[in-house]
Amino acid sequence: MSEKKDTQVKKVAIICAKGTIEDVYAALVMANGAVMEGMEAKVFFTFFGLDAITKNRMNKLHTATVGNPAMRMPGGLPFPTLLGALPGVEAGVSAMMRSQMEKLDIPPVDEFLDMITAGGGEIYACKLAVDMFKLKKQDLSDHVIDIITIGDFYAMAGGEGSQIIFT
Amino acid sequence: MAQKTIAGVTLEITDDGYLADPSQWNEEIAKEIAKEEGIELTDKHFQVLKFIRENADSGLTIRKVGKSGIVDIKGFYDLFPGGPLKISTKIAGIKKPASCV
Repeated sequence: MSEKKDTQVKKVAIICAKGTIEDVYAALVMANGAVMEGMEAKVFFTFFGLDAITKNRMNKLHTATVGNPAMRMPGGLPFPTLLGALPGVEAGVSAMMRSQMEKLDIPPVDEFLDMITAGGGEIYACKLAVDMFKLKKQDLSDHVIDIITIGDFYAMAGGEGSQIIFT
Repeated sequence: MAQKTIAGVTLEITDDGYLADPSQWNEEIAKEIAKEEGIELTDKHFQVLKFIRENADSGLTIRKVGKSGIVDIKGFYDLFPGGPLKISTKIAGIKKPASCV
């Protein structure tokens, strides 16, 4: 290893506020990557990010096929927004993305949460968003430790070498 | 690349502490490396190490080890605390896996 004197990252507090496949997986990969490296990881799901920890939605996440300029057809041609608006296209593209990830051994959301918590990662839900979407604790994954305020989350995000990440 | 004598054998070691040549590995070397990581190897550890060595070239992930039937993911973390994939592959004498899962 090099002789750098950088402070090591010891803890990440990740806030996931969006519910698309890519936003949720960004948060999950970062959290899992942290526990894999022996770091502490806490994830706070809020607003549409709650879909990732809502039992009947977590494994059916979609990616947006409209208004997503980075979207490409298989082969690399641009993906026309009008095509993305057709019924079923978003579902098909999303299913394809999920199967591509499975090939890279990236698990479905529920199993990913199993992996993160098995490594000591902690999952929290945002109280404000849970109230707003009229969800109950039993609607959420059993891995959710608690429904808390952002203030509570900040309170456990401190310490030397800790980082807060927003996706 | 540096040289290091482990369990009486002089080995090439990569910059991040992994064996350069997996074929030089043996159980005594594993025990020595494990000791440096603060781990006392048990039969269970060796079963996992065997699986890891056999699957070294197939893109190892924590998930794959968890599905090996030897340990679940929680058990894998318990055996190799503080970074199971990173530490177990080092002890298993294979190259450091480039995996995010």
